[in-house]
Amino acid sequence: MGKVKKSPWLLHYDGSSCNGCDIEVLATLTPVYDAERFGVVNTGDPLQADILMITGGINQQNAPVVKQLYDQMPRPKVVVAVGTCACSGGVFRECYNMLGGADSTVPIDIYVPGCAARPESIMDGIMKAVELFQKRSDEHDQYEKEHKGEAGPVDPNINTARDKVKMQEMKGAADA
Amino acid sequence: MNHTIFYAIGAVLYIVGAPFLGCLMDGAERKLSARMQGRIGPPLLQPWYDFVKLLNKQVVTVDRAQFFILTSYLVLMVMSGAMFFSGNDLLMTFFVLSTTGTFLYFAAIVPSSPYSSMAASRELIQEVCYEPAVLLLSVGFYLATGTFNARAVFSQNTSLVVFLPGFLASYLFAMIIKLRISPFDVSTSHHAHQELVQGVTTEMGARNLALFKLAEWYEMVFLYGVVAVFILNSSLVSVLAAILVDLVIFFCFVLIDNTNARVKWENMLGLSWAVTGLCSGVNLLILMMIR
Ligand code: SF4
Repeated sequence: MGKVKKSPWLLHYDGSSCNGCDIEVLATLTPVYDAERFGVVNTGDPLQADILMITGGINQQNAPVVKQLYDQMPRPKVVVAVGTCACSGGVFRECYNMLGGADSTVPIDIYVPGCAARPESIMDGIMKAVELFQKRSDEHDQYEKEHKGEAGPVDPNINTARDKVKMQEMKGAADA
Repeated sequence: MNHTIFYAIGAVLYIVGAPFLGCLMDGAERKLSARMQGRIGPPLLQPWYDFVKLLNKQVVTVDRAQFFILTSYLVLMVMSGAMFFSGNDLLMTFFVLSTTGTFLYFAAIVPSSPYSSMAASRELIQEVCYEPAVLLLSVGFYLATGTFNARAVFSQNTSLVVFLPGFLASYLFAMIIKLRISPFDVSTSHHAHQELVQGVTTEMGARNLALFKLAEWYEMVFLYGVVAVFILNSSLVSVLAAILVDLVIFFCFVLIDNTNARVKWENMLGLSWAVTGLCSGVNLLILMMIR
């Protein structure tokens, strides 16, 4: 139901970075690049966010934070890694405390390369994320339509298409 | 009889039309803000897109009571607006309006999150700031027209702004606080960040936030409607004048929003009471003397 892609709200988290990409993300939201013309709002609240944007790598200390932010976001959601650090750990990769890129902790959908990533490519990443956001929402609606009237999942907290598929897979594995 | 139908239509128009009008006003505000900052800005219908998106998101419930309280908040807001546009008792209308503020406080405090609770107490402070001006306003209407009945107040021969300029000034000031326009957006802000994450809406996501937005649209139309009452009189030209005044005020509010930084709540409290006391108080005294 409905177009959700016209209103992507961003949650930006800056991990273990040099702050270069952090500044570029802010630049994307300033008048020159004006991400708000696509409906992008930079919100600080995971409960209201649709796209999680991570800059910088993941270390021992911020891993639980990133994971919690991801878990707190309602579905459908998309995660974008911005900058080489977030994609792979970048220049900090070999440090003793690093776990690696953002995908070491949460599933990443879109990788935006660059050190620092330029605002143009960040915008491009956001646009790709927006398409994916719409696709996930549609998939969910499609699933709901096809499985209308069927008995709901066992766990009342589980209610997206992906979870239902996962549940069935788990059940199948248990049966086998 | 004729008038009763007229006012009933007013209420129905408000209940059906206010969300659309409020949504457009919200969009216009964002667009105008962006233009003032030299940006292109979001499309005019952006608030509507946001609303549809919010209804499509997974509902993560922090506290089940919140949905119920927010629904009550919305219903009371619609009720106070409908009472106003259907020409009911003004005093009663403003009392119902005050109650809505309390419901928002409860909606923010039930999830017992530190940010949201703190914002909730700030919301109460906001209410303390704008309430005197709003309540005194009904006294002003009474002194100028001799009745609390909104229908009588609406159909005056001379515009009420002639008798109540001070009340209008303090009402406009209260409106800035009520609409949470910067510098008085201490409980929650329309803009990206706040020192309290998102203020009272921190723990509202998806459906709940959509309800909150809807109530805001109703509120906006209602508050601008009250401004129109100052201008309206029995002539038809006054309708045009009222719309024009509303537009000018709308523009000024966006300008104020874009040129002021948030103040501390102590300053807001002091300032709002000073303005209310000065403008409404002096106006009240003069009215009492000449009547
Ligand atoms: S990718 Fe480069 S600019 Fe970006 S945070 Fe890492 S080191 Fe800094």
